[in-house]
Amino acid sequence: MSRVAHRRGLMACHACGQVCRMAGGHQPCRCPRCHAAMHWRKADSLNRTWALLIAAYILYIPANLLPVMETRSLFGVQEDTIMSGIVYLWLSGSMGLALVVFVASIMVPLLKLLVMTLLAASVRLRPLWRPRQRTRLYRIVEFVGRWSMLDIFVVALLAALVQIKSFASIMPGPGAAAFGSVVVLTMLAAMSFDPRLIWDPITDMIEDEDDDD
Amino acid sequence: MSSRERSVTLIACHECDLLHRKVALSPGAVARCGRCGCTLYRHHPERTDHYLALVVGALIVLVIANVFPIITLELQGYRHGSTLIGAVRALFAAEMDVVAMLVLLTAIVFPLAELLLLLVVLLALQTGRAGPDQHRWLRWLQRIRPWVMMDVFLMAVLVALSKLAHTASVIPGVSLWAFAVLAFLMAAVAAIDIRHLWDQLPPLHTRRPA
Repeated sequence: MSRVAHRRGLMACHACGQVCRMAGGHQPCRCPRCHAAMHWRKADSLNRTWALLIAAYILYIPANLLPVMETRSLFGVQEDTIMSGIVYLWLSGSMGLALVVFVASIMVPLLKLLVMTLLAASVRLRPLWRPRQRTRLYRIVEFVGRWSMLDIFVVALLAALVQIKSFASIMPGPGAAAFGSVVVLTMLAAMSFDPRLIWDPITDMIEDEDDDD
Repeated sequence: MSSRERSVTLIACHECDLLHRKVALSPGAVARCGRCGCTLYRHHPERTDHYLALVVGALIVLVIANVFPIITLELQGYRHGSTLIGAVRALFAAEMDVVAMLVLLTAIVFPLAELLLLLVVLLALQTGRAGPDQHRWLRWLQRIRPWVMMDVFLMAVLVALSKLAHTASVIPGVSLWAFAVLAFLMAAVAAIDIRHLWDQLPPLHTRRPA
């Protein structure tokens, strides 16, 4: 007998984890324990993931090209993008921090976009390819995603602190809003992706073979 | 469902849908899915009062962290300090509403909400008065949990400090230490398994499962 929940007509509640019997034909129903709406898979998972990803890709461009921070001082106005902020940190001697910000602000968002694209595409294109590794990738993306908020917090703190009238002031630039939106959109994309979609074709393949025997 | 299935607690892996029978774990043990390798559940000491102490402690530190300035900047006789709420206000004043909302929600509202929701549920469990409301609070708790970013915020304070240290004298405020403590407390709070709290709540049996 199958060890996979949906093959046995069972599904787990997204909220409380309670396993219970599906209504016929995947009809909407509520969890008997906590009354959360139950879905056998996250609703519209792939469509939502793609939509959020595409929005994130579009905003990724202004997020990196527009300044996230404007410093006004006696020497004029200096506009910093995310990358130039990192270069500044590096040149001023804080190499460790420059590395942390580089990982959080450049590498993580880009890798997240690429990995989520890979995962969403592989469900359709390469359904049987390395499920364990793909699941692990998903887990990593979910875990590190929030760290990209780092730069947003830094800009917020600097803007609040450096307000020395007529001498120096820091303002957040338009890039900050775009960057923040990219972080939120990629987090939402990761949340709407259902990792069980990676495993469904594998279950089907193994168990349909068993049925044939 | 056969009677045998009903007698044991079945859980389905949330990442690959494989069914497992829930077994008691020894302290420190972790149950992993046999197929995809994700963490299913951990050993959980059933100590509601410990969790309560943790949550109340974190709430107190959260208030301290938000009342005092995080960093004070001193430059040629000019002093300017800012609290976290002050930072949010500065963002709104600069008409950066998106960024301001993000900071407000992830660094103030959601951490506070996580603690308050846990406090309510734990108090109800502790006093044996858990009712249908607790189910709703736990569902909300699960929704907001990924958006609590205290640890990221602490790292950001450190980055901001080192950026400013080159140009002006910066005085770390009480709040900075409070945030450092809070980041660790919130990590401990985040480790409280909501599924474990669900298991202790009485089920809502108003309608039979389909």
